Amino acid sequence: MIKFEEVSRIYDGQTRAALANVTIDVDKGEFVFLVGGSGSGKSTLLKLILREFRPTTGRIYVAGKDVATLPERKIPGLRREIGMVSQDFRLLPGKTVFENVAFALQVIGKPRSLIRKVVPDTLELVGLGDKSDRKPDELSGGEQQRVAIARAFVNHPKILLADEPTGNLDPETSVGIMRLLDRINRSETTVMMATHDWAMVDQMRKRVVELDGGHVVRDQARGIYGARA
Amino acid sequence: MRHALSETWSGLRRNAGITLAVIMTMWVSLSLFGAGLIAAQQVNLLKDEWYDKIEVTVYLCTAKLQTGGNCDPGQDATQEQKDQIQAALEKNPEVQTVYYETKAEAFAQFQDLFKGTAIEDSLTLDEMQDSFRVKLVDPQQYEGVTSQISLMPGVQKIQDLHQILDPLFKYLRALQWGTIGLSILLLLAAALQIGTTIRMATFTRGREIGIMRLVGASNFYIMGPFLLESLIAALVGAVCAAGTLVFAVWFIIMRNAQQSIETIRWVGWPETLISVVSVFIVAILLSIIPTIISARRYLRV
Repeated sequence: MIKFEEVSRIYDGQTRAALANVTIDVDKGEFVFLVGGSGSGKSTLLKLILREFRPTTGRIYVAGKDVATLPERKIPGLRREIGMVSQDFRLLPGKTVFENVAFALQVIGKPRSLIRKVVPDTLELVGLGDKSDRKPDELSGGEQQRVAIARAFVNHPKILLADEPTGNLDPETSVGIMRLLDRINRSETTVMMATHDWAMVDQMRKRVVELDGGHVVRDQARGIYGARA
Repeated sequence: MRHALSETWSGLRRNAGITLAVIMTMWVSLSLFGAGLIAAQQVNLLKDEWYDKIEVTVYLCTAKLQTGGNCDPGQDATQEQKDQIQAALEKNPEVQTVYYETKAEAFAQFQDLFKGTAIEDSLTLDEMQDSFRVKLVDPQQYEGVTSQISLMPGVQKIQDLHQILDPLFKYLRALQWGTIGLSILLLLAAALQIGTTIRMATFTRGREIGIMRLVGASNFYIMGPFLLESLIAALVGAVCAAGTLVFAVWFIIMRNAQQSIETIRWVGWPETLISVVSVFIVAILLSIIPTIISARRYLRV
């Protein structure tokens, strides 16, 4: 589903690679933790999957598409296969929960009849069925992140990327978010989650890819946060 | 489409002040531009008409007039000189017809022209001159004839309306290009205004645009509302400008100028239509190009 072949990325005007010679292969339906300190290259890796920029060298395949050579006009098509959740939720403050989730479908031209059917189902899935008329600022952080996850998942993408989704949440709330991502993963969606939350990683016992200075230093099938293989 | 329209509407309302400014700049600059085009067409009409009628007049020496030309002081041009001048004119390929006008005819015409005014008696028959009136094949090509004839003895002066009209048309052209140049400056200002407006709009809608890009909205979908927004502002400005031009042609030219000066041809609706169509084309280009340029820079995926 996601395949990196000796991928390097050097940002303009820098000599050190943000990502150096990374090779990973993530199958359909896998759950992968991406761990490593700040500046280790986690965000760069996620942005490469989304084709926010091209790799300097190497090849990347996402959902069967050769991302490195993908022409600009086909980027929207790629991104419709990927859901993205970030640390800061990125909700639209003027819109209700329902409208925030519906927005993701509206802007890719889905019909209103479908939106009216799919959005409540998705809100139900994330446990916010009764809060669809609230504005984001009336919700707790955990609830806001659930809205963001609903928005990322409402189009049933093949891949869900999460960049420190629990970074702003307390441990208890984080567990709930983690469970939700786990449930989404069990519906055959490939999930890749960048995190600092070592307790979570230890508890889940999923595949762990660790980055350090742009290099993959560990790729472990049922890993924990700190230990090196 | 529904989303694009509602976004456009909310964008126009959010930037109501700036949108109004764009509309007004567009209005004024496009009106000037259109007026310049109409003026250009008026000048062309006048030029075609006047140059068609123009004759070159070769005034011959008289005893009374002592000044200028190739005259022997105090002498009329001799018959021999007149014959030579006529022969030279008739041989010249640029000349269409030559007509000899005696001073008696000229005097009669003069008196006829100023009948009943104080000027009627200001000249005597002796002060009039015999002349050749020359019609040219191409009124624009007069210099060959004038330079050839002006050197011949017996010629007191060559009067050529081109010498008066050419500077006049030069000034008219300068005025008309000045108007168009000024309008282009204003149009550039309008284009910059649109570009800046769109840039500001992409900032205020930055989060929305970010999400749209993330969930895979197409570029056209993201840019659509911005394009429509500036297109609408420009078109409203163009409609106002077109209205101004039509009113100006109707009121200034048809109602007034045409009534008081009937002898020349004035621009009408066909010329106005050309100018209005140009105004709309310029308005569309000037709204779309800066929008695409500034939006592309900020919306790049």
